[in-house]
Parts: sequence; structure tokens; C-alpha cells
Amino acid sequence: MTDTMDKPNALRTPISTGSEWTFDLIRQYDEEIAKCAEEFGLDTYPNQVEVISSEQMMDAYSSVGMPVGYNHWSFGKQFLNTSKGYERGQMGLAYEIVINSDPCIAYLMEENTLPMQALVIAHASYGHNSFFKGNYLFRTWTDASAIIDYLVFARNYVAECEERHGVDAVEQILDSCHALMNYGVDRYKRPAPISAAEEQRRQVEREEYLQRRLNDLWRTIPKMNDDEDPEQRKVRYPQEPQENLLYFIEKNGPLLETWQREIIRIVRKLAQYFYPQRQTQVMNEGWASFWHYTLLHRLYEKGLVTDGFMLEFLQSHTSVVYQPPFDSPFYSGINPYTLGFSMFTDLRRICEEPTEEDRRWFPDIAGSDWVETLHFAMKNFKDESFIQQFLSPKVMRDLKLFAIADHDDEDVYRITAIHDEAGYRDLREKLARQYNLSFREPNLQVWNVDTRGDRSLTLRHIPNNGIPMGNATEEVLRHVHRLWGFDAHLETVEEDIILDEFHCPPKGNR
Amino acid sequence: MGMTHVVDRRLNGKNKSAVNRERFLRRYRKHIKKAVSEAVHRRSITDVEGGESVSIPARDIDEPIFHHGQGGNREMVHPGNKEFMTGDELPKPPGGEGGGAGNGKASQDGEGMDEFAFQITQDEFLDFLFDDLELPNLARKKLKDADAFKYVRSGFSSQGIPAKLDVVRSLRGAHARRLSLGGARKRKLRELEEQLASLKTAPEDLDAAFSHTDQIEALESEIARLKANLRRIPFIDELDLRYRQHVKKPEPATSAVMFCLMDVSGSMTQSHKDIAKRFFILLYLFLQKNYKRIDVVFIRHHTSAKEVDEEEFFYSRETGGTIVSSALKLMHQIIETRYSPAEWNIYAAQASDGDNWNDDSPVCSKILADRILPLVQYYSYVEITPQDHQTLWYEYEKVMARNPDSFAMEQIADPGEIYPVFRQLFERKAA
Repeated sequence: MTDTMDKPNALRTPISTGSEWTFDLIRQYDEEIAKCAEEFGLDTYPNQVEVISSEQMMDAYSSVGMPVGYNHWSFGKQFLNTSKGYERGQMGLAYEIVINSDPCIAYLMEENTLPMQALVIAHASYGHNSFFKGNYLFRTWTDASAIIDYLVFARNYVAECEERHGVDAVEQILDSCHALMNYGVDRYKRPAPISAAEEQRRQVEREEYLQRRLNDLWRTIPKMNDDEDPEQRKVRYPQEPQENLLYFIEKNGPLLETWQREIIRIVRKLAQYFYPQRQTQVMNEGWASFWHYTLLHRLYEKGLVTDGFMLEFLQSHTSVVYQPPFDSPFYSGINPYTLGFSMFTDLRRICEEPTEEDRRWFPDIAGSDWVETLHFAMKNFKDESFIQQFLSPKVMRDLKLFAIADHDDEDVYRITAIHDEAGYRDLREKLARQYNLSFREPNLQVWNVDTRGDRSLTLRHIPNNGIPMGNATEEVLRHVHRLWGFDAHLETVEEDIILDEFHCPPKGNR
Repeated sequence: MGMTHVVDRRLNGKNKSAVNRERFLRRYRKHIKKAVSEAVHRRSITDVEGGESVSIPARDIDEPIFHHGQGGNREMVHPGNKEFMTGDELPKPPGGEGGGAGNGKASQDGEGMDEFAFQITQDEFLDFLFDDLELPNLARKKLKDADAFKYVRSGFSSQGIPAKLDVVRSLRGAHARRLSLGGARKRKLRELEEQLASLKTAPEDLDAAFSHTDQIEALESEIARLKANLRRIPFIDELDLRYRQHVKKPEPATSAVMFCLMDVSGSMTQSHKDIAKRFFILLYLFLQKNYKRIDVVFIRHHTSAKEVDEEEFFYSRETGGTIVSSALKLMHQIIETRYSPAEWNIYAAQASDGDNWNDDSPVCSKILADRILPLVQYYSYVEITPQDHQTLWYEYEKVMARNPDSFAMEQIADPGEIYPVFRQLFERKAA
């Protein structure tokens, strides 16, 4: 730390010296951090910083960070889990929770010391905030100005349904939707941004339209000139496989009532809202950590904070970006804070002090303006492509990364690449792929609906590297069946050969 | 930039999750009830009160999603390499299951990976514990308790608190008052105005002595006075305010008394006494929790019976031989003097090891059948013995055959049976 101490303590005029916070001090720190952020060109939504108690933080935690949420038992389960962990001190509560909204809402816990509050402000209100505003996925898929209104609309709508149709009926639909939530997103088309006013206006229109469409699909009276061409019968519906299960069911489910379709839609919209977060965890946390580190060091350079402040901040920073090795009892995969922070920090190094190796690997950015380069990286990538593009040999060496292969038909694990000259590219590619969502989740599509026959719905699983479906498949298929109302099938198909099948109701019992 | 808003939300409600938590408890009611009844066995006599950590199988509350299964070809990148080189081979652990450290270890007392453990409060604990239990045959008896009443509407009053203000009534009153105070004056006013109008339109008399000017002036000043008067009638007055009124109406009370009869004779071993005490503690908690107004009479007996207070009942060590009928006689006596069956729902729970003085058992069944059962709603007997029954049990069986609705008996051999037996005795019967 001594190298950053460019002003002797005597010349410092720190904002404060104690560790107790006051609203006034929080405002002063925020003001100074904002000035630093401006120096580095961070572009943010306006900030709203809310001071809350630890109980309120637990509430916020258990509703997946949504400031307003509909009621569901799974959030209650989450809450019990959180409070248990907190009471036992197993879990330091809430480094921060921040909402991708405009204004950007960040929570400060009242129990925190002043340096922690400053850290959270830098991390959330300037780090995450600028990421939400700048990253292309967030820009494309979410509408920060509308989310709070939409959440309010959703909560009221669900509550209304509970009143009208009973808590149990609503709970069942929500259970089923939650089970399919990961398959409720559009990956390639941009959906219309969600807004509450618009939603309500369109609701009626949608109802009418849907009913017409459904009637067409499920027309049972034969057409006049229907000589039932056998080829015609083989035409699948949908003609192209669909990846958004919830969307397909919402639009085509034969037995769903209007309110049920609306609830599916709500869950689907929320899934879409969280979709960018699931794809940018490393980048988002890395970016925020890089900036809390950089901004607070800048405060220190300006003499605005004390040595004691920095010590407390660094201690908590270090524990956040700690990566336990694979053989540690605390290991639970790669820590996204560590990987992201290391990468952004190294990216800055590559710009400012490139080595010969960097010039070979990153000819375009070695020696470039670091602020500009980091912003470019933040704006235009997601985890997968960010790693593919920017993971440097140095970071791989520092983290001592290695790849290990586990093949079904072999009785040994094989080390396939390590952090050496021969392994860098391979390692980087493998790590990048690990962050591809469609690599992490089974690849499923709506394949066919038997519109002329038993109305059954068939999903198709196209396996990746021969990895089969997991043991919850039958249970999730029951949820598909509940929503669809008729038989549901799932088949694992590779090169037109059916490798595995699941049915609900199970085939044996019919 | 620089547009930060700092908001203090600490006074906003916490417990936003209360509803969700309640939904969770509701959904897993059955699981929690099971965990609670198991917890009752583990607890010592004194801490049946107090919250409880409940754990239920994690797989039952899983939220299933589509995920990958075992098998296939995988490749993962990990940090912290020490000595591995590309091409190294590592043996897979036997049993196929790879990697994961210490997964799937379940443990009996709820902290395993496969258990979802959480805290419930004392109140919730007791709720689950006594769910679906009730005192059988409880009947509404005489109007007797002063504090058993409910509020009923009883018209309107001119005094009350703002929350009970009846706006429609009050405005209607105000309207009536304005009519009654102003009506006569308005009529007069109309008349005067007509006169004035006719005077003004009448042709002016040439004779000054008959000039209308005086009359017009007089009329005009009278009209002005009346108008001012009318204006002074307030739109709404304190007199108009009407409040909805409620009065206390006495309710028939379900007053009840429970007699706890415990055998503390020498034949009861320490563990028998423990079981008896735990049974009565459970009963006592149940009554306290579910019935606001209930008297409990504690009777201990060996060769002679004695009415004691709660403290002595649970903690005294006095002991002796066994004459069960002494307790029954005392109970009957207390009913006669203090608890008229016309006013009271009378219950009794008796615990003994059944090791009675032989000649006394027929006496017991006679007192019970002839003198006590006609007075009580429900009488339960638990026999705490792992051994064969003796005469008391067989005598009581005869009583039960004749009074199946108001008499029940069960046997407890070990502490694990206390709660199930308790449930059986006080299970809510389908109406």
C-alpha cells in the first residue's frame, strides 16, 4: 500500500475520520466518488441510495433483488434460508444489492461502517450502474425506466388472480412457470420493452386476438375441401422449432384461461429481464469490483480518505475477490468477482504497461487508452465472448487455470490444458464455452404439436457432447403437462435417432 | 451525474417476506407437523415451550428445472493448479460419483445436506403441535363470564370517536337542522320579497302621505335582517354529528375445567412419573394455547389424594401406596362444591401405572361410571406401563364399553408414545 501513499498524512484533509456513518457523510462521499467517476468517464443512470436494516436486506435478498414482487412460497423458502444463514453468521449479509432500474436503486445496510458504505456506493451506484447503462445486452433486452412499474403491475395482477381464483390455483401455475423460467426467454429477437401502462392497454386486445388464433389452430370441423392429404398431416406445428417454451405455451396452450396466460407472460417477462444478468455475471461483478477499487484509490490519492479507511476497505475487497483453489474445502467453482476483477485489472495493465507477450496476443489494444478500451470491452461483450476475447496468458498463469476432461467411457480424468504456452488458447476457449448458457443448460425446443390427433406436445432435446437429461426431467415434464393440458413428451434426439424419451403421463400407465 | 438521492427506508416495513414465509409454512404443513411431532420426543420436559428448528427433506421442496444429468463428455476449467501437466491422467474415484466434496451426507438431527432446516417460533411450534386437536363435546353453558362478550351495533349516538363518524347520518341531521331553523324565515322572506316587488311595481301615489318609500325601506331592512339571519345558520354543526354506536353484549361462555389426576405412588418408577408429567405438560400447554378461559385442577394421589397447585403437581416428590379411588372421590367432591355442571364443561385426564390395590379397582369403576361420568364431557385415562394390565384397566374397559363417547383410554409404554397417544385422545372428530 505504501506505493499509493503519495501524500503524507499531514497534508490530507479527509472527509471524515471515524467509522460511523451519517446521511450527511454518505452524501459527501457520494459526491466525491461521483467526481472521480466522472474523471474516468463512467456514464450512469441517476442514483438512488436507500439505507435499510438487516431485516429489510433479508427481504430484498429473498425476492431475488426485486424491490416489489408477487407472493410465492419459493420466496419464503429463500427467506428462511437467508435468515438462517445470517443468524448463524455463516453469511455476511449483502455486500450490495442493486437494481437495474432508472434511477438505479442501491441498498446500504445500516449496520455497515462508513468505509463499507463508500465501498458499496462505488461498487453498485457507479460500477454496476454504468454497466447496466452501457452493456449491449442490457440495452437490448431490458428497459430500466419501466421495470419498477412492471413489477408493481405484476404483483397487483397476481394478487387479483389469487382473490378471484384462489391462492392454490395461482400457486400451481406459478410453480409450473418457475420450473420452465429458463426456457421463457427470447435469445435472438428483441422483445418489445415492457411497460405497465402499455401492458394494461394491450391486455384486452391480446385476449381477443389470442382467442381467434387459438380457434384457428384447434379447429375441429373439417374444412369443406379437406381431402386430408397424408403429406399435409405430416406438417409439423410449429414448422420451425421454438426455443421459448413459455411463449409457445402462452400463445398456443389449448386449455389455458386468460388469466393463466397472463401469469405465464409475467414470469416470461421477468425471465427476460434477468436474462442479461445471467450472461454477464463475470463482467458485471468484475467491472463493479474494478471500479470500486479504482475509485476508492483515487479518493485516497486525493487525500480524501485515511489510511484506516483504506485498510478496512482493502480487507473486505480482498475477501471478495479471493479465489479458493480447486482442492480447497471452500471451492465452489470459479469466483466471478475474481475472474472479472483480474481480467479488467489486467486489461488496464496491457494498455498501460504492455509486455512483449501482450503485444503478440493483443496487438490492437496493447498501449491503447485504457479507459476507452475498458469501456469498449464493457459495452460490447457478454461473459462468453469477453473471455474469448480478453483473457490474457497472465491471468491464466495468476489463477493457475487448468482444464480437466471427464469422459463417460474412460476410467480416468485427463488434464487437457494448463497455463502454459501450448495450453493458453485451448484453455481460453474452454473457459469461454463454460459461460455459454446453452452449454450449461440442456438445449430444448418445442418440436411438434399433434394438432390433428391427441393434441400432445413434443419437446426435443439435442444433447451436447452426449450429456443426457438430468433426473428432474420427469418432474419438470409434469409441469409442462399441467400448463399444456394434454400429453407432454420429451425426446433426446441425435442425428434423427431417439436416444431417450420421457412422457407425462408416463407411457406405462395408459 | 451528481443526482444521487439518499433515502432512509429503515422505517418502511420490514417483514415484507412474512406473506411468503407463511405461504411456505402452509405448503409444507404436513412435513412440518411431522418434524414437530418428532421434535416433541427429543425435548426434555421443561422446554416443550420455545421455538424449534425444523428440518424437512430438501428434495421435497426442490424446485425442479431441466438440467444436465450424469454422463457424457465434459470438460471443466478449474483454478489453483499445482502439479498437473497436460496429458496427466487421474484415476476416477470408485462409484462413479466424481468431484463433489462431502455431498449427500444426511444426519439424524437435521443438519445434513439433504435437509432443509429453518426456525419456527414458539407460537408456530405449538400451532403445529396442537393442530386439529380439541376438547371433545365442548358445549356452550350459562352466561356467566363477565368478560365473554362481543360488540354489536346499536344505533347512533351524538358522541364518539372520529373513526366511527357516520357521514351520511351526520349530513342528514345537518340538513334537517337547516330546514327547521331556516324554514320559517325563508317563508317569511319570500312573502316580504313578494310584497316588496308588488309595492315597487304599484303606481306611485301622488299624495306624499301615502308614499311607499317608507314601506319599501322598512321591507328592505327586514329582508336584509332575515338574510343575515339565514346566513348565520351553519352548514354543519357539532350537534349534527352522529357516531355509530356499539355495545358490549355478553356471550355464552365456553367455560371449562380440566382435572389432572396423577398417580405418584411408589410403584410408579421415575421414568413412569416422567412420562406422566410430560403428558400433563403437553395437556396443560394445549389448554393454555387453545382455550382462553380454562380452570385446571391438579390432584396427586397415592393412598390419599390432595389438590395441589401447578408447582407442587409437577415437582413434589411425596409418595406412598396406591388407592386410586381417593383421587376420584376428591374430584367428585370438588365438582360438587366448585364446578356446577350446569355452568362448566368438565374434563378429566388421569394417569397411573394401573397398579392399584386390588379391592379398590371395582370401587373406582363404580365411582367413575355412576358419579363422575354423568357430570363430565370427557374423561381420558392413560396407563403408563410396559407390562400386562391389572384389574384397574379391565374395570375401566367395562366403563368404556358403556360410555364410548365420554370415556377413552390408552396405554403408553415409552416416551415416544406420549404425543401420538395425546393426539389420539384429543383428535378433532368429524362432526
